[in-house]
Amino acid sequence: MTYLAKPKVSHPSLPRNALGLTRRDYEGSLSTLCAGCGHDSITAAIVEACWGLDIEPQNLVKLSGIGCSSKTTAYFVSGGHGFNSVHGRMPSIATGANAANRELHYIGVSGDGDTLSIGLGQFCHAIRRNLNMLYIIENNGVYGLTKGQFSASADVGTKAKKGETNFQPPIDPVLLAITLGATFVARSFSGDKKQLVPLIQAGLRHKGFALIDVLSPCVTFNDHEGSTKSYAYTREHYEPAVHADFIPPEREIVADYNEGETLPVVMHDGSRIVLHKLDAAYDPTNRAAAAAQIQERMRAGEYLTGLLYVGSAEKDFHDLNGTPDTALNKVPYEKLSPGSKGLAKILERYR
Amino acid sequence: MQPTDTQHPDYFHKVVDCQWACPAHTDVPEYIRLIAQGRFTDAYMVNRHSNVFPGILGRVCDRPCEPACRRGRVEQKPVAICRLKRVAADHREADIAARLPKIPKRKNGKRVACIGAGPASLTVANDLMPLGYEVTIFEQFAEPGGLMRTNIPSFRLPPDVLNEEIQQIVRMGVDLRLNHPVTSLRALLGEGFDAVFVGSGAPKGKDLKLPGRQEAADHIHIGIAWLESVAFGHVDRIGERVLIIGVGNTAMDCCRTSLRLGAKNVKVMARKPRAFFKASAWELEDAEEESVGIVVNRAPKSFVTEQGRLTGMLFDQMEYELDDHGRIVGERVVGEEFFPADDVILAIGQENAFPWIERDLGIEFDRWDVPVVDKVTFQSTRPGVFFGGDAAFGPKNIIWAVEHGHQAAISIHRHCQGESVRDRLPPGVNLQSRKMGVHEWAYANDYAPVERRLVPHVSLKERFKKLNIEVELGFTIEQAAQEAQRCLNCDVQTVFDAKLCIECDACVDICPVDCLTITVNGSEPDLRSRLRAPAKNLSQALFVSTPLKQTGRVMVKDEDLCLHCGLCAERCPTAAWDMQKSFVHWPHAADNAAADAARNPKIA
Ligand SMILES: Cc1cc2nc3c(=O)[nH]c(=O)nc-3n(C[C@H](O)[C@H](O)[C@H](O)COP(=O)(O)OP(=O)(O)OC[C@H]3O[C@@H](n4cnc5c(N)ncnc54)[C@H](O)[C@@H]3O)c2cc1C
Ligand SMILES: Cc1ncc(C[n+]2csc(CCOP(=O)(O)OP(=O)(O)O)c2C)c(N)n1
Ligand code: SF4
Ligand code: SF4
Ligand code: SF4
Ligand SMILES: [Mg+2]
Repeated sequence: MTYLAKPKVSHPSLPRNALGLTRRDYEGSLSTLCAGCGHDSITAAIVEACWGLDIEPQNLVKLSGIGCSSKTTAYFVSGGHGFNSVHGRMPSIATGANAANRELHYIGVSGDGDTLSIGLGQFCHAIRRNLNMLYIIENNGVYGLTKGQFSASADVGTKAKKGETNFQPPIDPVLLAITLGATFVARSFSGDKKQLVPLIQAGLRHKGFALIDVLSPCVTFNDHEGSTKSYAYTREHYEPAVHADFIPPEREIVADYNEGETLPVVMHDGSRIVLHKLDAAYDPTNRAAAAAQIQERMRAGEYLTGLLYVGSAEKDFHDLNGTPDTALNKVPYEKLSPGSKGLAKILERYR
Repeated sequence: MQPTDTQHPDYFHKVVDCQWACPAHTDVPEYIRLIAQGRFTDAYMVNRHSNVFPGILGRVCDRPCEPACRRGRVEQKPVAICRLKRVAADHREADIAARLPKIPKRKNGKRVACIGAGPASLTVANDLMPLGYEVTIFEQFAEPGGLMRTNIPSFRLPPDVLNEEIQQIVRMGVDLRLNHPVTSLRALLGEGFDAVFVGSGAPKGKDLKLPGRQEAADHIHIGIAWLESVAFGHVDRIGERVLIIGVGNTAMDCCRTSLRLGAKNVKVMARKPRAFFKASAWELEDAEEESVGIVVNRAPKSFVTEQGRLTGMLFDQMEYELDDHGRIVGERVVGEEFFPADDVILAIGQENAFPWIERDLGIEFDRWDVPVVDKVTFQSTRPGVFFGGDAAFGPKNIIWAVEHGHQAAISIHRHCQGESVRDRLPPGVNLQSRKMGVHEWAYANDYAPVERRLVPHVSLKERFKKLNIEVELGFTIEQAAQEAQRCLNCDVQTVFDAKLCIECDACVDICPVDCLTITVNGSEPDLRSRLRAPAKNLSQALFVSTPLKQTGRVMVKDEDLCLHCGLCAERCPTAAWDMQKSFVHWPHAADNAAADAARNPKIA
């Protein structure tokens, strides 16, 4: 952390997006995380991604639970709406907000503890409901905020800062999400913005639930020798399998990709994700094969990264529940509220 | 790119834009911090060490530092460096004798003659007196100071300030011979001096030979000669309508002086459009504030007289064709215009002239009759005879004259010690960490969003009452304190240790001006195009680290807009970045002497 607020001056030739805003306009308040925390890098990637998507700050909803990771929603897009829920309960809040206003962009930021320990049930149900949101897990293998206890994503054999070893098997959010039927499942690393920024952009544009599990070293409690979530360890065991370039509808695909190794996926709004296979054998569109490969590599101690599974948009939360086409605040009041007579009628049905 | 060699004495020096641009390499940010702390005398001494005349230069310096100032790139207006220098001079303790170098009673037996008592010669004396030399300055006029006395008007530079700073040097025991023109260098060389320094300036004003010049001679004046006559009180009035020909700094002093000697209507006539003016922006501003008219695109054609008396001048009206870069590619005359005038002042340039140097002394002159002078040693083609200031390479300014003086003094010292003038102490840089604690630095690192303060001026009603009313009032201490906060502390350098970096990106993310990028290495043009913000200012260096441990990528820093805010160092979990004050050692004669003494104790 720093004591000084980042001064408002910026590079005079910073590019502006379609709204005339620079990257700096998507920043938030001063981070209070430890200097060098991976979470701060992810924050910077979210800033970059939102700027690049020309998102109007007031159309972004930032949701989180409890943890260092969950604090970060304060550190980006200060013009957005935010809700910092109780520990592990962010999906409930996201569900409610999403139900009320389907026209906003939803981004949930959580930790491995917030999601996989206390919040595991909520997480699974958000996937099951296919909430239209981007869910980011800032995964450091520990409870950073409470001083470094192992979380449910700690690998077998990894060592805590004081030396004790973890023997319980980890829960892998990527495998879990693939198994539960999520249609956008990615893994990335806080230290690789080239990979992470387009993933965040694609995830925000994806219809339905999008998960990015981002390895994000805790520089204070989990960056030592013997940790399997340190900067050095992650870099050594990090294997990009599928690179995803996000291309908004208005832009043409210009990069020259090798046939067979690339796969454009068209999204519901006309954006495209160009999948660039770095590992020719890996198929990110086959759920069962993807799960098998991820598991196999995990056993070999490798983190496969990139957009690991992407499927065609099925029915999302709104389709499943038959909600109105617009935000509830645009539904005329008479229609939204049945009135006391209407209410009586409804109640009558249950007598 | 190869990893940057930050050990090179120029690397960090160049980052301090003002210090690099200052011909004498004044440690500007250091003295500005001292002013912010109210340590005016200390600030004055930091200045004096490099530029010798802080009170004078704090008023009239050409200030190449200001256009160079990084703040000007970050938000248009540079720090008022020059005016802060004046603050140090205005508010320092009166008696600084104890802080000036001690002059040895026992002399070293070497005698040096300086010709002319301008800033160049005075600097030579300032540097050599403390080393035990006996320095004699010959000056043709009754007062020392050179053009600072005779040409820079007293409403810009009060005589008290001039006298005080000249006397600091003369009091060192200089043998100052006033009213003593040197009329023959041969004769002077015959007097047995161990070295001669020619600091006689560029005293010849250019004339404009046009029809009517002869008839109207009484009312046509050559700018620098006319200002000199004003300075010495020989001229105290001028006609009501005055035309100034030329638009350099001399023209600005001529027009403003005219207004103080009775002129009512003063016009500065420029041949070319405004973008081509030689005068500094601030001198133009000051003249225009006093309602001087500036007329562009008028080329002088003839002086017009009636019955042998000047009535005005005829000009060609010009039109220019400019290319995309604003350069003139064509010109044509589109008409003719008459401007009435009672007096005309020619301010179209000056030259050096040496009628008193015999051409058979082994001092070579080139085909423009300018002496051949070495750009490093300032020695002429005759060993032991040195040139500096305007006499060396034509008219420049005071701060260049000072730096020439410093360099010539080194050569004179080496020459007198029987050593090669080429063998000089190289410049160097020392670094010292400014870290005090986790988030504490020994400098104010927060960016102050203050706009440039304006220097108050004497009202337009008051200032013309007398010739010598100083127009600028100088900053108050409060204004100075605010202006000082604008300095970005460019001398507190970002120093990187690649071994420590874990590539967490924290510094990259926090940098407010996107200076930093971690990326795969490439050629310079390639790297410049791939940074977080494009590095388009080629005059500013890229720092490139050695390969980083984890990925082999490199840390790249574009020095162009760094605010020296230290946020990178605060955010870095491993202290791979540190903020360290650079001390630039720009050797003077005393440093060369000290180095000699260390090598050979017998000399000392
Ligand atoms: C009108 C005008 C305004 C200026 N304004 C500024 C300004 O605002 N800021 C700035 O930085 N610069 C300014 N300058 C330029 C600056 O004054 C000179 O560049 C500087 O003074 C040069 O210093 P010097 O020591 O080389 O020579 P000078 O200052 O010219 O001194 C030379 C001295 O040598 C004496 N001398 C010459 N020949 C002989 C001889 N044969 N025997 C004995 N003595 C001799 C002269 O009388 C003179 O005193 C201005 C110049 C002019 C003309
Ligand atoms: C209901 C409840 N139980 C426990 C806690 C204590 N607690 C705060 S943060 C945290 C773990 C956070 O871990 P993670 O989500 O991984 O975030 P990190 O700090 O590692 O980013 C815990 C257990 C709490 N705040 N609330
Ligand atoms: S404790 Fe760990 S997770 Fe929390 S801010 Fe510090 S480095 Fe980041
Ligand atoms: S000091 Fe560091 S953070 Fe501040 S502007 Fe310079 S490089 Fe950026
Ligand atoms: S903050 Fe420090 S460790 Fe992190 S990338 Fe910058 S220099 Fe390297
Ligand atoms: Mg955690």
